[in-house]
Amino acid sequence: MANEMNGTVAVESLPVSGLPLETRLFIDNEFVDEHDGTHFDTSDPTNAKVIARVQEAGKDDVDRAVKAASRAFEGWSQSSGAFRAQCLNRLADLMDKHMDQLAEMESLDNGKPLTKAKEIDVPFSLAVYRYYAGWADGKLDGKQIPISAGNASANWLCYQRREPIGVCGQIIPWNFPLAMFSWKVAPAVAAGCTVVIKTSEKTPLTGLMMGHLCKEAGFPPGVINILSGHGPTTGEYIVRHPMVDKVAFTGSVDTAQKVLLAAAQSGMKKVTTELGRKSPLIVCKDADLDQALTVAHEGLFFNAGQSCIASSRVFVDEAIYDKFVEKALKRAKEEKLCSPNSPECTQGPVVDMKQFDRVMNYISLGKQEGATLLTGGTRHGTQGYWIEPTIFTDVKDDMRIAKEEIFGPVMTVLKFKTLEEAIVRANATSYGLGAGICSRDIGRALSVAHKLRAGTIYVNCWNVVKPNTPFGGYKQSGVGRELGEDALDNYLEKKTVIVDLSYEDEKDEKAAGDATGGPN
Amino acid sequence: MHRRAHAGASRLRSSSRLQASRVAEGVAKTASSVRLSGLPTEGRLFIDGEFVESSALETFKTHDPATGDLIATVQQANEEDVNKAVAAAKRAFPNWSQADGRFRRDCLYRLADLMERHIDELAEMESRDSGKPITEAKTVDLPLAIEAIRYYAGWADKIQGDTIPLSNHHSTLAYSTREPVGVCGQLIPWNFPLLMFSWKTGPAMATGCTTVMKASQKTPVTAAMLGHLIKEAGFPPGVINILQGPGRVIGDTLINHPDVAKIAYTGSTAQGRRIMRACAEAGMKRVSLELGGKSPLIVLDDADLDQAVKAACQGCFSNMGQCCIASTRIYVQAGVYDEFLRRVGECAAARTIGSPLDAATVHGPQIGEKQIETILAYVEGAHKDGARLICGGKKTSVDGKGHYFEPTVFADVSDDMAISEEEIFGPVMSVHKFKTVDEAVERANASQYGLGAGVCTRDVGKAHSIARRLQAGTVYINTWNQLDAAAPFGGFKQSGQHRELGEAGLEPYTELKTVVADISYRSEQ
Repeated sequence: MANEMNGTVAVESLPVSGLPLETRLFIDNEFVDEHDGTHFDTSDPTNAKVIARVQEAGKDDVDRAVKAASRAFEGWSQSSGAFRAQCLNRLADLMDKHMDQLAEMESLDNGKPLTKAKEIDVPFSLAVYRYYAGWADGKLDGKQIPISAGNASANWLCYQRREPIGVCGQIIPWNFPLAMFSWKVAPAVAAGCTVVIKTSEKTPLTGLMMGHLCKEAGFPPGVINILSGHGPTTGEYIVRHPMVDKVAFTGSVDTAQKVLLAAAQSGMKKVTTELGRKSPLIVCKDADLDQALTVAHEGLFFNAGQSCIASSRVFVDEAIYDKFVEKALKRAKEEKLCSPNSPECTQGPVVDMKQFDRVMNYISLGKQEGATLLTGGTRHGTQGYWIEPTIFTDVKDDMRIAKEEIFGPVMTVLKFKTLEEAIVRANATSYGLGAGICSRDIGRALSVAHKLRAGTIYVNCWNVVKPNTPFGGYKQSGVGRELGEDALDNYLEKKTVIVDLSYEDEKDEKAAGDATGGPN
Repeated sequence: MHRRAHAGASRLRSSSRLQASRVAEGVAKTASSVRLSGLPTEGRLFIDGEFVESSALETFKTHDPATGDLIATVQQANEEDVNKAVAAAKRAFPNWSQADGRFRRDCLYRLADLMERHIDELAEMESRDSGKPITEAKTVDLPLAIEAIRYYAGWADKIQGDTIPLSNHHSTLAYSTREPVGVCGQLIPWNFPLLMFSWKTGPAMATGCTTVMKASQKTPVTAAMLGHLIKEAGFPPGVINILQGPGRVIGDTLINHPDVAKIAYTGSTAQGRRIMRACAEAGMKRVSLELGGKSPLIVLDDADLDQAVKAACQGCFSNMGQCCIASTRIYVQAGVYDEFLRRVGECAAARTIGSPLDAATVHGPQIGEKQIETILAYVEGAHKDGARLICGGKKTSVDGKGHYFEPTVFADVSDDMAISEEEIFGPVMSVHKFKTVDEAVERANASQYGLGAGVCTRDVGKAHSIARRLQAGTVYINTWNQLDAAAPFGGFKQSGQHRELGEAGLEPYTELKTVVADISYRSEQ
């Protein structure tokens, strides 16, 4: 025990001055060049200018990374939990130290307002590492289970151990690059798994910066490997690699289907997914209207609508519908669309041209389908991918803008007559990541919360996500939960050990006891 | 500086090598350690985030049990000081208990980091004040104390309740929250001062309680030194208060203080009984107790004898037998009895007696002269009762100084002898012979205590069957003293109330609140 303790203090932190921009692959604790000369550009969504040319991991590179993770697994999975906890805590410390650089790059690569990156994305991400650090040291316990047969002499020991699954392939999206990195990596390494993580080709840069910090934090080589690349290439290679034991994916429903299929075909790998779609919010007539408006507005327009749990279907009681719409319009117009570097900026551009086109297509579709365009609907400015905060009213449930994920600053408002009707309509979807209700009545609020079929229900709030609140989807919105204690289950196998405790002497003693009428 | 009591015989090689490597590790660590910014010796009271003199300006002296030299003059708290400390803890409670668990967590993590940074000063003072070998202090006490603080830091943002499905759960919401008990009075012993400090402080802080800690009057210095680190770690004033002085005055004042919600005590069963009664009378205060023991270890014929001897010796003699969980009753099956005795005698005799500050020392002095007298009385009693002395049995000294007692083994002990029934708290092992497993289990359990127990056997079925039948809070199989912050520790029967360490260690510091709401509502139609 003392030796292990010494091990935890032995790794001294090295001083790092700057956090350099990095474009190579991070494998086995080193930045290395990819093999076959492929690369891609990542650009600034405010002006479409290239920020950096980034190396894409090909098949051989993925193989190298997975093998590094595989080599690292034995040592890491058997290291003391206290050591894993200290690595995670040091990583959080280093993120704290490099807060500004990480936030600036996150904002530059993704387009999100710098103030949000600084106040939300980076602090939240580092809090996730600290939270899971606390689980690593002796808290991943199994159960001891009393088992017996009708036969009183049968005697067993039965207990459960929780053991890390192995090498995890993790694929994360571009909307919250650092946060998604932390949701995936922290529980996996806390549990004793090793990882190969692929960042999004739209936002690869902060993930690579994390490579420097992972190394400095003292993670042994191969525990965390970071690759850049596209889904159909790098992602596919990771998912299909025979030495990957588990796949974790966050992204779109369509891609998730491909991931599940590939994982099934390549050895029935364990898969967890966190997907999005069309989270409903029900605003009752007894709601605090200002509170409800904040919920609806922040729920949808946060991160320019590029959030998997965005409150994109807002059901409003007809009794307050007009008032709500009037306030929503006023509030949408208060959004400040300008440079993400400006402290005033509340909404940045969407992430890239592809996303811009997709959102604009949905806006024209909404108009064609007969919804009322209350505000927005146009490009903001002449360069970059800003889209005016957009609200459609008089939206019907069967319109595509009410059914499909737009992933942009487009709110759809729907009217309802009775609460029962609203619940049925809110649940009439194959997805179920989030849902919400605004009402001041304790009975109504909580009863509806219990009737909505989604992984997270917000009552008079939205976007409250903490390191310890489990997050994930009902139905097609996902498999498993991230964050909280639950996320550890994604990275741990449970082993039940059953031992027959009967032994020879016992029988002899029993026989002797019987013969003499029992010793006791 | 030190002497080897007897040369180790051939059978002993493996265990003495083991000790030698342990010692070597300690030496290496001492050599490589760097003395950082100094942590001053401290003898004042720590109240409301400040070091203060006692209100009556009374002091007492604490001495090095190895030399008798004065270590420090320490401020002696009286009733008024206790009241001040409780008032500070009470003032601190609302903010601290409602603080984000992450804030409490980070304070604990910083405290652990600071203890690690000052491990040399703390280990040295721990060794000087308590007499324990510095190698032990540095490689066992301090790392375990730091580990416990870190372990509970990790809990601070995970104090979860449950949701409870009621029978009519369609129209109800029921959930539980775990809320901190309040101001806790904590009384710790002298055998592991810093370790006991951390076992008490970790869970109390993680759950959001505030504390008034009383260190033992025999070993008050390291706890007082921690006040500096607590302050530096960012604990708000009043969250942790540390007092030194007589147990009776401080303990009774805490127990009877209306603003103290809970008492946690580690020490003797006699004191524990008194405290429990007093807590009941003083408003049914919550109380957790970790008390004495007479822990049995059963060695079966099929045991790996090297393993068994190591478990018995480390279990009984580590910290000079001054462990509540010491393996003081060894039940050995007839087939290996003589061989076990031979080896355990050699092992005991090979423990290096010396100055605690010598890195090679395995066996230091007892805490004080009174302790030596108690041990001598038990040894004389054992002789009279007919037990057979295998080794040790005498008090001794190093360079003519100190309250040392040789590691002592008695064989042919019967269960009704005083050395078999009563806690000696010294390096005295009593070895008993048995024939059948049932007999051994019955005799092992025939005690008012139930802190620890153990079994040595290579048979997996026997091992766990016996483990299940032993009445003790911790059962060791083929090992002893395997302490870990994650493993609950505490006693069956008169060895205690509640558990320390592990998730279970949080329970005595929380109240469980069940919230039940009717969530039916009138439909609008």
